[in-house]
Amino acid sequence: MTTTTLTPPDPDRTDQAPARSRRPRSARAGGQLHAGPVAYVVLALFTIGSLFPLVWTAIAASRDNNRLAQTPPPFWFGANLFDNLELAWTDANLGEAFLNTTIVAGISAATIVFLSTIAGFAFAKLRFKGRNAMMLIVIGTMMVPPQLSVIPLYMMVAKLDWTDQLQAVIFPSLVSAFGVFFMRQYLIQALPDEIIEAARMDGASSWRVVWHVVFPAARPAMAVLGMLMFVQTWNDFLWPFLVLTQTGNPTVQVAVAGLGRGYTPDQSLIMAGALLGTLPLLLVFAIFGKQIVGGIMQGAVKG
Amino acid sequence: MTTGHDTAAAAPSKEGGAAPGRPPGDPAAADKERRRRARLSRRWQRDVRWSPYAFVSPFFLLFVAFGLFPLIYTGWASLHKVELTAPTDMDWVGLRNYTRIFDDEFFWNAAQNTLTIGIISTVPQLLMAMGLAHILNYKLRASTFYRVAMLAPYATSIAAASLVFVLLFGRDYGMINWALGLVGVDNIDWQNETWASQVAVSTIVIWRWTGYNALIYLAAMQAIPQDLYESAALDGANRWQQFFHVTLPSLRPTILFTCVVSTIGASQLFGEPLLFDANKGASGGSQHQFQTLGLYLYEQGWVNQHLGRASAIAWTMFLILILIGIVNYVISRRLRASS
Repeated sequence: MTTTTLTPPDPDRTDQAPARSRRPRSARAGGQLHAGPVAYVVLALFTIGSLFPLVWTAIAASRDNNRLAQTPPPFWFGANLFDNLELAWTDANLGEAFLNTTIVAGISAATIVFLSTIAGFAFAKLRFKGRNAMMLIVIGTMMVPPQLSVIPLYMMVAKLDWTDQLQAVIFPSLVSAFGVFFMRQYLIQALPDEIIEAARMDGASSWRVVWHVVFPAARPAMAVLGMLMFVQTWNDFLWPFLVLTQTGNPTVQVAVAGLGRGYTPDQSLIMAGALLGTLPLLLVFAIFGKQIVGGIMQGAVKG
Repeated sequence: MTTGHDTAAAAPSKEGGAAPGRPPGDPAAADKERRRRARLSRRWQRDVRWSPYAFVSPFFLLFVAFGLFPLIYTGWASLHKVELTAPTDMDWVGLRNYTRIFDDEFFWNAAQNTLTIGIISTVPQLLMAMGLAHILNYKLRASTFYRVAMLAPYATSIAAASLVFVLLFGRDYGMINWALGLVGVDNIDWQNETWASQVAVSTIVIWRWTGYNALIYLAAMQAIPQDLYESAALDGANRWQQFFHVTLPSLRPTILFTCVVSTIGASQLFGEPLLFDANKGASGGSQHQFQTLGLYLYEQGWVNQHLGRASAIAWTMFLILILIGIVNYVISRRLRASS
């Protein structure tokens, strides 16, 4: 009964309000100066510098190995791209690696998003004893280098006999202090207190509030956080490298790194592997780049 | 436990919401109704009181299991002899692991390399990021395009990026030596010369993170109120003066934040030097010329199989970071006090 009176207005209100208030674009556009030609030249140089190594990965992957051992290096695409991609795919067992990485990154990202949203909501909107101290701990954990925990984690994994198994990679990456911080920042602005109070007046329990008010309001931020965490987990190297061997259940990064470790490395093959390992994320960036940029900038502003 | 129970109170509270609509019946029913409401309201209060803890506890439980406990356990393991082959057998050795690594010249070499690479990667990176952010803060055509393009390296993995840069930095056929050759510079052996290899490793780091930091600065710049600039302009400040007297002071907390994060990142450098090595080992080049502490830790723990010693390295790194953090804090307080 309450559900029906509670839910309908919420998505409407919450979907619109935050999207506007989140970007103070109008506030800054007023007195802003136009960029001069020098600015465009500098930007062009940085853009080329950012993209060139990626483009050149594709060029190198499209050549045969001998052509890479010549001066000047190739500047344009050759004919071997698809052969090399296919070879890298089979040689490094990239198909399985892609599946593994998708599973790991998917589970991690989904869990992080869920846990960060409920914790971020509590920190943003609920009053409870020890809230500030706990938030300080969350921020503090962002400063602790993950490398420190590698050795005991390895011992735990060895004891559980999880070496070479995907759960060894999944479990340590289920939480993110950044995620909690990010969702808190977003929900402080995006979720008006009145909506929560209204839901409370209707007798909604905390879970009901989370499900019917917080989640709809947080959806844009959840999507961005999900993508950020997916990228991060997909690219994670140290821990998977330690617990997953090549022959076991490699993630894409472990498999790609393995390509470079042969005795007589075939450079164009390595580049093909590197290209394959990066391509899915570059596609995600090409499609959702704007949202991801907005998300990073959103998470950067501290309150 | 209580929290789990209380969050389960969701279903009954639905009835609570419906209850006011019910017509009043005989006294006994009214009494029953009152008791029921009191119970519901107690449950509701408990829910309000405890659910925040339910919402934050998964984070803290997982953090304790996979962050805090391992951190402390690393300290414990660093006081023991533990071998990779039998990670559960621990023999107490006191501080011997620490004295052993402090006596090891490769530890000091790695520490020095980490510091050098950290500085030559972080300083230019943050300066460039600041300049970029300043430009991006102007009104621009296609501003989203530049932002996304500059963030593309962030989407590239360490593995892929390092492998590409190995080729670009190749001694005989690398693109960078070829380009330098055009302006008359002799081929540089980027993998074997000490400073050159450190510059090369730093380049990978700079390439991956400059755009990301630029976005963070940009976000902070956009949060600066416009009237600060307007009043500065009224006082006759030109663009440069505005940048130095309005933008930079307002960004101080963000700059400190990026410094801390970059310092932590630099102290842990691992994948880049590992994959930049032509011999594919953990030694950081034939002469250990770019072996970082992260790589040294890996070499001790996983190549030489001394997990106890690796733990001691990890804790030493942690203590150094805490020291840097304290220095950072003191400096920022001084800065705040002086302004």
